[in-house]
Amino acid sequence: MSTLIIAEHDHQTLRAATRSAITAADQFSESVDLLIIGHNVSALAEQGARLNGVTRVRVIDDALYANPVAEDLAPLIAGIASEYRAVVTAATSFGKNLLPRVAALLDLDMVSDVTGIIDASTYLRPIYAGNLNAKVRNDSAIKLLTVRPTAFEATPDRDTVSPIETLAAQASAGLARWISTEIQKSDRPELSTARVVVSGGRSLGSAEKFQEVIAPLANKLNAAMGATRAAVDAGFAPNEFQVGQTGTVVAPELYIAVGVSGATQHIAGIKDSRVIVAINHDPDALIFQWADYGLVADLFESVKELEQALN
Amino acid sequence: MKVVVGIKRVVDHNIRVRPKADGSDVDTSSVKMSINPFDEHAVEEAVRLKEAGTATEVVAVAIGTAQHQDILRHALAMGADRAILIETSDVLSSLATAKVLRAVVEREQPQLVMVGKQAIDEDAAEIGQMLATLWNVGQGTFASKLVFNGNSVQVTREIDGGQETVELNLPAVVTADLRLNEPRYLKLPNLMQAKKKPLETVALADFGVNTATKLHLLAVEEPPARAPGIKVASIQELVDKLRNEARVI
Repeated sequence: MSTLIIAEHDHQTLRAATRSAITAADQFSESVDLLIIGHNVSALAEQGARLNGVTRVRVIDDALYANPVAEDLAPLIAGIASEYRAVVTAATSFGKNLLPRVAALLDLDMVSDVTGIIDASTYLRPIYAGNLNAKVRNDSAIKLLTVRPTAFEATPDRDTVSPIETLAAQASAGLARWISTEIQKSDRPELSTARVVVSGGRSLGSAEKFQEVIAPLANKLNAAMGATRAAVDAGFAPNEFQVGQTGTVVAPELYIAVGVSGATQHIAGIKDSRVIVAINHDPDALIFQWADYGLVADLFESVKELEQALN
Repeated sequence: MKVVVGIKRVVDHNIRVRPKADGSDVDTSSVKMSINPFDEHAVEEAVRLKEAGTATEVVAVAIGTAQHQDILRHALAMGADRAILIETSDVLSSLATAKVLRAVVEREQPQLVMVGKQAIDEDAAEIGQMLATLWNVGQGTFASKLVFNGNSVQVTREIDGGQETVELNLPAVVTADLRLNEPRYLKLPNLMQAKKKPLETVALADFGVNTATKLHLLAVEEPPARAPGIKVASIQELVDKLRNEARVI
């Protein structure tokens, strides 16, 4: 059986999440086509053709898709879906916005945020903020699923090149127009794929303290910076930093939680990290139930000390 | 402008849920149920639109058993004008739910439908997008800000790494992110008043919607437990453990 992967990209580079989706599809599919929809994406198509696991790249390149909306992307995908037994994309804000539209166009059920693939029809997915896992079977003729990127390794590049095919654009549905995008520029690794994440909670007390305490430690470890919802709501860190059920789900090698209490919705976003470290002044903080290594101490002094110890 | 808000009754977000003894489903017997938090943001926004004169009427809709009247009364106490309970004991898939809401749209002819971005039980985040597609209108998912302008709405959306703004023709579907607003607390007089507001019950069968699904829940289980951790006494010990035991730095 063959699978269609919908690529997520910025017209120059493929997002790591798409590489994870390819790995997931590879587990149940004999061939995997990568669909790239964008504008001036010939270089990107060549990158896609070198991805391990990709059988063919299909490209729809048109000025219409310089900043596409789901209302215009979904009909393109639904139009070729009948050639496949599965359509897969990563469970990012892009994939979550798009795939349910494809599902409704095809009158099919879908399964979202899959973390484990048992066979071509049976999947594991977290429910109740990751407190439970559900095993679900989808008997639809075409399986539509979004996969959680942190649950699957990113597929690497390879030496051989797959064929590239061009498909035609379609007129806009005219329902929605892109106006603007604001992406927070950062020299740090991307939060969802970073090897190390350093997160701060509300105990940091202010935006200034957050930067003063978290940033130097993150710099030292080449880590992404994260924050709890409480810290974001208090204005200590921007929205994009939020880690948890309602923010970004991470699964780094090392997660350092500084002044984080350990609310359920935050734990849902970190519990698959390989090693969790918690530094908190409150010995009863829930985070210690999840931490591999916990230190009960004043966080302002400890983090400074930790930073120095890493020299 | 008429606004329809779709709301769901879910296990309260403070409750720690467990699987049933046979692992067939989640044990939701005798636990506290509440309005889905994201749906509360959707109701709040609709009520604010009415207070600002943008909306003329706010209709709250829920699908479920007679018990679901409690969340509809909650929405009415927040400021919704009337409520519709689509009564069924079936648990519907996202697609089936979207089809039922499409039938409600057909009947009510709203200019805007709002729902939460996801329900905190299934965590699927699908219904708003599916409804928008079946209705053939635009979608503003994960919305943190709405600006209405004549026959269109500009929606600021929370996306990975930042925000995006899209403009939708009306009618449209918007799914509420946590950052859209701060839902109001219910005051006792409003709760009393809500009891007098109209709450209509319609049998699901009356809509003639095919709610069959190809999805089957096979089992619900606890995720694998993490090995218990240890408390270290000092930063030196922590660094030593991270270097020599966990080998992550």
